Order: sequence, then structure tokens, then C-alpha cells
Amino acid sequence: MSSDITPPVAREKTTGLHVGEAAPGVAKADPIIVVDGVRRTFGGLTAVDVAHLEIPRGAITALIGPNGAGKTTLFNLLTGFDKPDAGTWVFDGKSLSGVPAYKVARMGQVRTFQLTKALGLLTVLENMKLGAKGQVGERFWQSLFPFFWRKQDEKIEERAFELLKKFKLDGKSEDFAASLSGGQRKLLEMARALMSEPTLVMLDEPMAGVNPALTQSLLEHILNLKDEGMTVLFVEHDMHMVRHIADWVVVMAEGRVVAEGDPVTVMKNPAVIDAYLGAHQELDLGVVTGRYAAADADPTTDAAASGATDVDVIEEEASEESK
Amino acid sequence: MDWLQILNNSASSIISPATLAYALAALGLAVHFGYAGLLNMGIAGFMALGAYGYAIGILTFDLPWWAAALLGMAAAAVFALILGIPTLRLRGDYLAIVTIAAAEVLRLLFLTTTFDSVTGSADGLSGYHGSFRASNPIPEGTYGFGPFMYNEIGWWVRILGIIALALAALTVWRLMNSPWGRVLKGIREDEDAVRALGKNVFSYKLTALVVGGVIASVGGIVYALPSAVNPGVYVTSLTFFVYTALLLGGAATVFGPLIGSLIFWVLQTVLGNVLPAAVDAGILPFMSNIQAQTLRFILVGIALMLIVIFRPQGILGNKKELTFVK
Repeated sequence: MSSDITPPVAREKTTGLHVGEAAPGVAKADPIIVVDGVRRTFGGLTAVDVAHLEIPRGAITALIGPNGAGKTTLFNLLTGFDKPDAGTWVFDGKSLSGVPAYKVARMGQVRTFQLTKALGLLTVLENMKLGAKGQVGERFWQSLFPFFWRKQDEKIEERAFELLKKFKLDGKSEDFAASLSGGQRKLLEMARALMSEPTLVMLDEPMAGVNPALTQSLLEHILNLKDEGMTVLFVEHDMHMVRHIADWVVVMAEGRVVAEGDPVTVMKNPAVIDAYLGAHQELDLGVVTGRYAAADADPTTDAAASGATDVDVIEEEASEESK
Repeated sequence: MDWLQILNNSASSIISPATLAYALAALGLAVHFGYAGLLNMGIAGFMALGAYGYAIGILTFDLPWWAAALLGMAAAAVFALILGIPTLRLRGDYLAIVTIAAAEVLRLLFLTTTFDSVTGSADGLSGYHGSFRASNPIPEGTYGFGPFMYNEIGWWVRILGIIALALAALTVWRLMNSPWGRVLKGIREDEDAVRALGKNVFSYKLTALVVGGVIASVGGIVYALPSAVNPGVYVTSLTFFVYTALLLGGAATVFGPLIGSLIFWVLQTVLGNVLPAAVDAGILPFMSNIQAQTLRFILVGIALMLIVIFRPQGILGNKKELTFVK
């Protein structure tokens, strides 16, 4: 795969997305999703309690937050896979309350899953073709007579091959999806989602368990989605990636939205540092613990600060926090 | 041992109505279990509805035989809907529990004396052959060659059975090689993923349940065509026999159920002939003739276990499918 990597090109971030000061629930210039008072409880636990949230159209929005913050639950609620106890949410001007998941997908809001769902005993090509919308051959009576759907199926196949080529999976089109590696399955799931020509792509941890080279190409794919006019909302824990591609960041903690803003500002927000990033995000722990010299520190971290920090101080803070 | 007679009987069972009926039922089950991933443990119930619908249609409602056959198929379709609407939202193993219970409820309803005038309760139903035999275009006489010597009625039953089986196999083959079948196979693998792609998973599963159920009911009708409807046939072990035939041939294939039923019945006939003959010849001195007849069902059980453990994809299944752990 190493020959496939194109060096990352700096792309301009989309700005001017919000109206007024960037605070939780800030209004957007052109929102694609508007969430109001959505609550979901599991027994006594409130998993999601979002008072107001708008997702900007035509931009890449990252949803971050500690484990258990309710990110995936919010994803499930927005896509109709789960039903909230209260609240309304609107996609593209249409209310989605009570709309089943398959209808949400047909409206152009497509998602992927945190645990990749490649359809193992279907071939890669079949997986792709399954993603296409409005297939005549998927209706029962028409499916019995190939002349109704053969032409459309050929067109879908062509489009599938184009996408597979983009995702470097075209050589595997006849293999079972179960034979793909974990990273390739992530690519396949994303490519399959794109077969439905969505307007909003929701990716749940697209980079989890993917090696750095593949991450690089996935990042490019996600940026390309924006170039093609799609809106992207993704959950991710990798802060480098969030900084690199997100135009807007929404931070959740304990079910609520605690901060919003562009990546640079949000990551300096003390509430975000407390709830999620930790106070020593800029430090290279390898240098702090003395495993290697400050000169060898990760270039994205603050080498001087790492060298000057005493490991005992951090450990003390950590033990205090856990009290 | 009279090997010629045993060979004759075994060859004859290749196109026996029972083989054709099992093949149809197994094909219906292939739609449920092999393609849609629905663990239907009540296939005997669908077959019973076909058989009873056919017999009751003729005896109680005075329908011509073909209309009675349609009644049996319609009854299976309605049963699939009633069963499917509340239960298809359940996970696979729960569906198995519900379907096995529903098939038993059906069987007990047919068995109870309350409806004796219609269902014949424990005696079952017979004497409904008039209009079917009257429609037979084959002139009276015995036809065929070698082991396949049957009279005009025997051939009429077999010809209709083969036509029904061919039509059903063609339908399933067409369905499963279409985008519709692709969605169904996708649902078998992971229904949430298919839902996320905008497909109405519930409606696909319900359609599959109805299609498979109707095909299985045709199996029940073919089973009832030559003789009588006996409530003792549609028991849970029938479901397991059909599963054995299906898994033997390959669950996610069109021709697997046909091959599987054929092998199942030929083996049954061979064992049913050879084992008692072996007892008579003193080769199996430790068992009686009746015990020898039972032994073959024990062997069926062992065969089912061996298939599932060592060749879960069946004879015709794709070997590659086995390579992956789910």
C-alpha cells in the first residue's frame, strides 16, 4: 500500500459556519441537521441529553468526547436506529422523529458503524451494489424477470467499479468481504455507503484500528467527500485527525454538548481539556518519562515543555483526579 | 438378502412422492434459513397446512383439486404473515422457539377431536382423490421401465410433483440471482448494515417467510396427493428430517435441497431394506427386526451431526464459505 500514499496537501478549512459566538448550541449559517431537546435514557442512566445542536452543511464536523459520552447513541438516534425518550430533530428541513432507519437512509443520510459491518459472505462487488438506491430488481415481482433490471444493474456495477478503484479495492471485487482485512473492510463500508449517493455521511470511528498509511488515504477520501458537496459528521478519538480535517468540532461529555467551535479554539477550551483531552495533551510522554531525548520528540508535541515537565507531577495530578 | 429387490426399491425412491415433497419443503426452508437466515423450526407446520388445506378444500368445501391446492398454499401464506408480523423483529434463536411452538399448536389443532368433522382428528383425512384422478390424462395401465414401473395414478402424481418442484426451483433460482436476493443475503449477514443502506429489512424478511412457506406447503400437498393426510406425519421430527436433507445438499443453494432430499430418501430406503434383511440373515444378531427399523433414524441423527460439524456448507455449498469464521 505504501506506493499509494499521496503526500497530504494542505486544504483550506471551511469557515464562517456559525452565527454569533461559538458556544454549545450555536446557530449555524446553513444547518443540515437541527437537534432540539433530544434525550435518551437507559434505565437510570441518561446517555444523551442534547438541548440544541446544529450541524453545518457542506463541512466536516467532528464529534468528540470521552468514552461513554453518548456519541454513538446520538448517532443511533439521528439515524433512526434508536428512539429517543423526548425531543425532535430535523434533517434537511424534514422532521425525522419516528422515521425508521431505512427511510432515513433513503433521504440521503447514510452511516457506517463503529464495529465494521461488511457483509462477509457477499462478494465485495455485491456489497457495493447493495448500496445503490432505487433498484427496480429489489422489488419482488420485478426481480423474477431480469429484463426489468439488467440494464440498471449494469450501470450500478459500473459505478461500483469506479468507487472501488478510488478506494483501491477493485482487485478484490470477486472476493468475499470476509476475506478482507479490518482496514479494507472499513474502506468497503465507506465505499458502500457512498453508493447510495448521500448528502450527509455519518462515520462512526472511521480510523479505529487502521494503520497510519491507510489512515492517510481515508483522510483524503473524507476530504474528497466534502469537495464533492457532501456533509460529513464523524466520531473520532484521534485528535491529529480531527485537527487535520475537521472544520467544526462538537464536544460531548456525559450526554451533553459541552463545547463547539473550530478545532484550534475548541482544543484550547478548558472545559474540553478537563473532560476529554487531559491537561498534558501537548506533551510527549516518551520524553516526559525519560525514555528518549527531547530532540526525538513527536513533532506535533511541544518538545521543550515535555523535557521540562517532571513525570511525578503528572502522576500526582492523575492520582488526584481519580480520587 | 435379495439385493436386486433392495436396489429396485432404492432406485424407485428417487422419484417417489415423498422425495419430491421433501425436496419442495427443503427448498422452502432454503429460502428461510439458507438465504434469509431465518431459523424456522416449524417447516412441518407449513407442510401440514398445505396437506390439510388441500384435503379440507376438497372434502369440506367441495373444491376441485387444483383450487384446493391453492387453498393449501394460501393457508400457508396467511400462517407466514401471522407468524412473521409479531416475530420477525425477534433475534434468530427466538424465532426458532416461536416457530417450533406455532407448528406444534397447528398440529394439535388438527389432532383435537373438537374439529373432528373437518380435520378427522387422529384418523386424519382420506378419500379426497376423486377430482384429482378424474383430471388424469394418462390412460389406465402400467408404464415405465426397470424399477420405475407405476400405474397411471402413480405417474400423474410424480409428473405434477416434478413440475411443481421445477417451477419452485426456477422461482427460487431467479429470485436469488436478482438484486432482491442480494438484499436478502445481505440481511442474513447483518440486517443493521442493510437497514443503514435504506432497505426495508422487515418487509424483505416477511416476503421471504411467505415465499418459503408457500413452497413448503406445496411439498405438503405433494406428500398428500397419492395417499392420505395423517396428523402423525407433521411432527417436529419431520422438521428435523427436512433440515437434514437441506444441510446435506447445501442450505444456501438452489439444487442442494433437491440433491439432499434425494440422497436422504435413497439412503432411508436402502437402510430400511438392508437393516431388517441383515437381521433376518443373522448379521445383526443383537437386535430385532423392529429395532433395525428404528436404527435408521438413529443413523439419520448421527448423519445430521456429522454434516453440521464437518461440512456445514453441504454437498453443493461453496467451499470458500467455510473458510471464514463468523
